[in-house]
Order: sequence, then C-alpha cells, then structure tokens
Amino acid sequence: MHKSIGQINERIRDGNARVVTAEEMPAIVAELGEEGALREVDVVTTGTFGAMCSSGAFFNFGHADPPIRMERIWLNDVEAYGGLAAVDTYLGATQKSDTRDDSYGGAHVIEDFIAGKSVELRAISRGTDCYPRRTITTELLLENLNQATMCNPRNGYQRYNAASNSTDRSLHTYMGLLLPNCGNVTYSGAGLLNPISNDPKFRLIGSGVPAFIGGARGMIVGEGTQHSPAAGFGTLMVTGDMKDMSPDFVRGATMNGYGVTLYVGLGIPLPVLDIETVRSCAVRDEDITVDIIDYGIPARDRPSLRKVTYAELKSGFVEVNGEEVRASSLSSFRKAREVAEGLKKWIGNGSLEMTLPTRCINPSRAAKPMKETVHGPRVLDIMDRRVISISQEEEISTAAGKLLKGETNHLPVIDAHGKLVGIVTTYDISKAVVNPAKGSHVRDIMRKKVITTTPDEPVDIAVQKLEKFNISALPVVDADYRVIAMLTAIDLGKLFGGRWLK
Amino acid sequence: MKLIVTFSRKAGKKPIIASVVRDTGVLINVERAIIDSSEGEALIDIPDDQCRLVKEKLAEMGASVRILEDVITLDESECVDCGACISICPQEVFSFDENWKLTLDAGRCVLCGRCIDACPHQALSQKIDT
Ligand code: SF4
Ligand code: SF4
Repeated sequence: MHKSIGQINERIRDGNARVVTAEEMPAIVAELGEEGALREVDVVTTGTFGAMCSSGAFFNFGHADPPIRMERIWLNDVEAYGGLAAVDTYLGATQKSDTRDDSYGGAHVIEDFIAGKSVELRAISRGTDCYPRRTITTELLLENLNQATMCNPRNGYQRYNAASNSTDRSLHTYMGLLLPNCGNVTYSGAGLLNPISNDPKFRLIGSGVPAFIGGARGMIVGEGTQHSPAAGFGTLMVTGDMKDMSPDFVRGATMNGYGVTLYVGLGIPLPVLDIETVRSCAVRDEDITVDIIDYGIPARDRPSLRKVTYAELKSGFVEVNGEEVRASSLSSFRKAREVAEGLKKWIGNGSLEMTLPTRCINPSRAAKPMKETVHGPRVLDIMDRRVISISQEEEISTAAGKLLKGETNHLPVIDAHGKLVGIVTTYDISKAVVNPAKGSHVRDIMRKKVITTTPDEPVDIAVQKLEKFNISALPVVDADYRVIAMLTAIDLGKLFGGRWLK
Repeated sequence: MKLIVTFSRKAGKKPIIASVVRDTGVLINVERAIIDSSEGEALIDIPDDQCRLVKEKLAEMGASVRILEDVITLDESECVDCGACISICPQEVFSFDENWKLTLDAGRCVLCGRCIDACPHQALSQKIDT
C-alpha cells in the first residue's frame, strides 16, 4: 500500500487526518503492525528543543532620513554583521554583548524582539554621497522592522554525542558543566522525537518542507552546515518569520564559561506515505546510539568513553568506568513534546498541509575536518632542550645549588630510571629552609603532582595548562615519562619573534 | 531543618558545634562551613523537633542563628525544563517528574551555588532570607 501526498492533504483539509507524534508511533506500530499503521496514520510529528548555536536572523530596518549606509551595527550593544546592503544585517546568536559579556548576546536580542521588548539600534558609517548620514541611534520593536527572518545555518542535529570529563577539574563547555572524574554525563537532543532520527534517509525532509520553528510556520531551506548523515549526524538549515514566533520556543541562554547560545524549538511533520516511513518513524530511544565523549581531552578527535542509547541517557543514570553516574540533558524533552503537539494541532485544524521536498538533501554526505595550511606551533618548536634535573635521593642543598646557578626556577625530579616523579621550585626550597622538619632530601619536599606536556602538543594547549594551574613551567616528557625538555613562559616569548606570527 | 550559624572567632577558637552536640545530645550534620580567622559560618542540619533546643544553646554560646528555608528558588518563567541542573547538584535537589517537568526538593540544598552557575537560563537564584 502507498498513500499520495494529495490523499493525505485532502484528509487534512477534511479534518479527517490521523496525526500522531513520533513518541506515540512505536506503540501504534507494535499494536497494528506496519501495514495497519500505514493505513491508520497520516502524519507523524517530530520535535526538539535545545541549544542551537548556529542560529541567527536577517533584519531590514527601513531607511532613515537622511539615509545611512550602516557599516558597523549594534543591537543592544551586540554587534551585527555590517557587510550587507545599507540597512540589512545578520545577527548571529552567539555574538556577545560589548558591554555585558556572556550574560547577554545575539540570542537574547532575538528573544527580546520576539517577546515584544524594545531594542536599541546603533550604527555608524563613513558617509557617502548617496548615504550622507554617519550615525544613528533608535529604539525599535519587532513590528517596526520590515523583515525579521530567522535563518539558522545548522539546526536539528539528528543526534548529539553525550559528554563527560575524565580530568580532575571541572570543565565549562557548551555541553554544560562537566564535573571532574566523570562525575556526570550531559546530553542533548530529544531521541525518538528528533526530526531527522525519524527520517534518516531524508526521503521526506528536504528543501521547501514546512516546519515548526520557534513557534512559527517555517520551512526547511536544505542541508545544514557540517551536515554529516553518513556518520548519523545530519543537520538542517531552517528559516521562519520571527514576527510569528513565541518566546515559549525561542530562548537566549548562557553556558557559563563558554558563551551565549539560542534555544530553538524545531519540529517537522512527516507524511506517512509508505511502509518505509512507518518503519523509520517507529524508531525508539533504545535504537539511537551516541558516544559519551571525554571533553577532558583538548583535541578535535576526542576519545569516546563508551556508547550509550538515548533510553539509557533519559533514565538519568549511565554507567561510566564501572560507576553509576548521573546523566542529564541540556535540551528540554517537555518542550520537544510541546513542539510535536503544536504541529499536531496545526495539522488537526487544517492550517498546515504537507509538501514533498522541492530539492532533496544528500543522505550520505560526510563532513570534513578543516584543511590547515599553516600549522600552529607545537611544543617541540619552542621548548628548551637544556634540562637540568635532580634525583629524588639528593640532598635539598644540592637542589638549592642547582637552582642558585640561576638558569632555572624549576627542577624536575627523577627516579633511578630517569622517570619524572616530581618537581621542586625555588619556593619549595625556601619553604624547606624555614621548616626543616619535613626532611632533608629532595623526595621529602618535591611536589608529586606534576603537570606535564609532550613535544607534539599544540602550544595553545600547553599555554592553557600554564594558565589554568597558574604555573610558569611545564616539563616536556616522552612516552616513557622521561623529561626531554622544559617549556617556560620565556620560551613562549619565542612565539612573538615573528616566526609564527604573520 | 537547616540552620545558618554565624560566630565570631575573636574570642578564641571555641569548638561551638562540638560543645552543642555534647551538651544537647543532638546529632548535628554540618553540611557546609566557611571559616576564616575572624569569623565562621556553618550550615547545619538537625531534626526539626530539636530545633529550639539547639538554637538556644548556640545563642548561649554567642553564635547567631537563623533558619534556612527555600534557599534555592526557581523562576518558572525562565526555566525551560532542560535539566542541566540535575546531574551537577551534589545533593540531588533536582529531578524530572513523569512529564519531564523539573521538580525541586529544596530542603536538601546546601547552598553550594553550583546550579546557579550551571543553569543556562538564569532560572535559579539564591533567596536571601533575613
Ligand atoms: S538548568 Fe535552569 S532552565 Fe534547565 S531545568 Fe534547571 S532550572 Fe530549569
Ligand atoms: S546550590 Fe548546590 S546543593 Fe543547592 S540546589 Fe544548587 S547545586 Fe544543589
């Protein structure tokens, strides 16, 4: 059996269409079978509500008198893009305020407009013959704008990897606060309600298809940036008129220590045309797997701690390294349901009909990493290979002698096999002199917890360690934990000698 | 019931809480304490029915005491029920109800402040009760 989009729309117009949410679908298929579900259900609605950083809006302000060609533009002190025609701009959600830092940004401006609040527009220009004006400041409401078109380059991730942190310090990430020693797991996405998870082959989701976006009747533009369905991470570019949106479904937010982001409610209705649609819409949380990524590793390809399903994540507890760890979401499942229910209502009252894609989205693309033509400096490029170290069995006075020579403030301490076991600084020696009770050997006073780096670590990461731990030197160790060099603040000075800075 | 106990340390380092435990026989749970050279503040948890006894004893020893209620407050209009606060709270104050709506068991809160920072929507704050 097969249903046409025309038949489904006719039923929608007659008020007879059977519309269910993707959450209800698995039970319906279990009860009626695939054929039965195909006969019974006309449309399945999906929904998600979460942080979607790659979002923003185009605005047209209309012309002032005398007119201005705006070159730099601020909305409530958040800078918007000035490279469009005279009174057009694009405001990105993650752009932060010049005056209020992370607590306010583009996302909040968008929310304020939608909530009916007044927003201050400020712009400057160098003035031209046709646009003589050089400055403008004015208060605007959403209704004063000609267009306020939300256009989000990357929304609606098919699924998203969960996050944890194996280091011994808290991390502030876009996946929220990650406690030390894998103390929690955070995740994002609505699992079985996620739009693309219900149409992973992009048979129904494509350009021109209607969507719920921020409470408005919006539309899918096409594939989103970084679209990578080959790996199960498809994305969508979506658009909608901000004037029809509601602050219930568009919220500015701040991930503490990371920055500003926009929470968007997004849903797509899927017309049930054939058995394959039934099958893909029967997806359950148990069927959707993601990795728990260790954000403690500061590289692009962070390791996975394990695989996990949305069913486990949603249970609130996940086992990591043999321990039960609390898991919680950053997206809202309650709001995701509201999105899916909202779509259901629109279709139920005949105000939203189904459309097939006018252009299909590639279902097998894979996103590439960045091509880097100029590699950033690595530790080995600037480290100091003259290592002065000391054995842990030596007397403190020997260490003091080495430090006194003045070539270094840090002495890495090694054991009989040449492995790094600690570090002593001038400060530790002074302390030992004041308080001799601790012992007379280096091993008695050394700090055993040493922060280290490796030769191929990017300098930016090493600098982050220096800053984070408020230290001024890092021993550079090889695979056997032998000290092969030191990296100090002085070495960083080499970066500014022009070799790396162009 | 939770009490905030503030005491001056100028008069020497008297073991106030230990003394109260000894004299009243009430088991006091110290949930948080900030103590510097001149002043100390502790958040303690005691059985409700022993509250008066403990309060009186603490006052006798020169500490000032106030009852802590509803320390963490949720602004429902800002909360989107995302759940970012749930896994980071050391006291399991937050959870979802069966409709994925956030619920609070504020009585367990020890005012560590972590959730206030972690909420992406600035929906949580500390009620200053005086
Ligand atoms: S983190 Fe904030 S917005 Fe999210 S559920 Fe908790 S209180 Fe609500
Ligand atoms: S202040 Fe700390 S203990 Fe209290 S609710 Fe927030 S995270 Fe939990």
